Amino acid sequence: MSSAPPKTRPGSWTVRVREAGVAALPPEKLLPDGQPTYVASWIYVFGVASIASLVVIVASGSILALKGPAWWHYTGVGHFFNSIHMWAVELFFFVMVVHLWGKYWMAAWRGGRARVWMTGAVTFLVAVPTALTGYVSQQNFDAQWIATQAKDGLNSVGVGAFFNVTNFGQMYSYHVLLLPMAVIGLVTAHVLLVRRHGVVPPFELEER
Amino acid sequence: MLSTAVVVAMGAIVNLNHPAHTVDWSFIHMSVANVVVIGLMLVVFVLAILLPFPGAARRRGGGGS
Amino acid sequence: MRSRDDTQPWKGGYQPYDLVKEACIAVGVIALLAIVLSILFSSPDDKPSTIAQWSRTLPVNFLTAAATELDGTSGTAGYGPPYNHNSKGVHAVFLYPQKWLGVSHPIDTARDFVLDPLKTVPNDPTLQGAIAQYESAPAATQKAWGEAYAKPLEETAAAEEEEKPLPKTVSLDPATDTVTVQAPGAGPVGTLMTGLLSLAKSGGLDGALLTSDQFFQTDYTKPLLFMADGGLLEKRAEEQHLLGEQWGMMNETGSYPGQAWLWLYSLWYQVEPFKSSENADIWVLLLMSVLSLAFIAIPLLPGIRSIPRKIPIYKLIWREHYRESSPRSSA
Repeated sequence: MSSAPPKTRPGSWTVRVREAGVAALPPEKLLPDGQPTYVASWIYVFGVASIASLVVIVASGSILALKGPAWWHYTGVGHFFNSIHMWAVELFFFVMVVHLWGKYWMAAWRGGRARVWMTGAVTFLVAVPTALTGYVSQQNFDAQWIATQAKDGLNSVGVGAFFNVTNFGQMYSYHVLLLPMAVIGLVTAHVLLVRRHGVVPPFELEER
Repeated sequence: MLSTAVVVAMGAIVNLNHPAHTVDWSFIHMSVANVVVIGLMLVVFVLAILLPFPGAARRRGGGGS
Repeated sequence: MRSRDDTQPWKGGYQPYDLVKEACIAVGVIALLAIVLSILFSSPDDKPSTIAQWSRTLPVNFLTAAATELDGTSGTAGYGPPYNHNSKGVHAVFLYPQKWLGVSHPIDTARDFVLDPLKTVPNDPTLQGAIAQYESAPAATQKAWGEAYAKPLEETAAAEEEEKPLPKTVSLDPATDTVTVQAPGAGPVGTLMTGLLSLAKSGGLDGALLTSDQFFQTDYTKPLLFMADGGLLEKRAEEQHLLGEQWGMMNETGSYPGQAWLWLYSLWYQVEPFKSSENADIWVLLLMSVLSLAFIAIPLLPGIRSIPRKIPIYKLIWREHYRESSPRSSA
């Protein structure tokens, strides 16, 4: 009785996806254990710091989601997790923007890396409404004020017709599910592109 | 403004629950907290570029592919 | 010498590097920082305002807003889409996206904020009679009654703002907490407004506005828009430096850091021509959209993409690499 694996069929979608994936990102490229010697500056830690902040945001946000949106208002533990979530967001934007500044001054889009820059830029731009939906989901005075003010900007460009910042249910859904999925998807694409193209090498000094 | 008891219960060592002080310059009016955050970002950026990164000897020794 | 092709894998030196360990350390450091900041500073949680609070602490302001909701002159009543068709909304030249996207959340302020909530009040035949009288009158009469009632309230509001002596037509009795508005020619409107104030103070108006369509409700648009037409939210916002002209978009309640990343968005509202424009919202958003697209497209923009080469901060970032790979440093 043969226990050999079945012959691979070239027309199989699974085979095609697998082979394309492995060609683009073989394991040693996906998870390398070496990096070029020019990666030697503290500026390089701000990318992973951004990811780390996102992890803390999602983890603390998950605790808040587990207990529901009212919990943090009436328990000390809930308030503490809300504080962690808030400060993690401040840290996230802090390190992400320092990372952005570093990548700009390195012109990190060189050598076919334009999509790395672009996915990063779009991540920042999607993180802004992710934060906004969080602010209007707080169910406190800040949420009331931000919602009644932000609606004017959004209504002015017609977005308010389908994205209603005074509708708590809608904003909470965007904040807890839809926009975090978008941010995580974009960060994943961004990181895989970095792994694919490698960290951008230094400018050559000979070129003036 | 929240009472001291509530602040203690919320676990804050520093009470930030009072109306913000602002930094006013020309048409710019920013809260002190935001100015501190932006200032810190600039300081951290400069330090990140200037501070030496450890492991230089290892990188010299490992030169060549 | 041919310049290096940066699309190709790096052919120079490599160093060992533990990516997974670095990620774990980063998560630990950031988590620790977030926890320390939380212990030191906590986070703000100013309690929300309710219509009940508004009507009790600022009854005259409440009546002024309610009168404008009934006679259709409030901010919400005249807003236009997505709430109603009473205005074309803001525009930028020929662009009217607010109008084009239509009325997706219809609000008739007279019916939704005043008359329908009042109809839920039981055992008050005087009030129900006033409602019937108002609803059966022609539109012109309703308008005249509304304006007659609103006039002394608007005069009082204007006098307060200009810090002049208040007219005697509106008085608040602190002992009984009742407001008297002398408005001849207001027909049944006085009764309607007194009834609405009473309903508001009891908390019934908060509930009626929220659950008007269905029992389970998560859409706070009606109570929020009604409150925003009044002065309580704005008063609290000013104390917390949250108003537009205070760069409030960037700020948080208390002395906490807010949304510093909104600095450029806030900035445009403080300068001309946006500062005095009725259409500032759409112009600022259009400008920020263009700048955001440019931000994404930096790799494609000549000039902008060349600045890092011309201002060589990169020489500091990669100074070790340049030192080690210069001809003098090779062994």
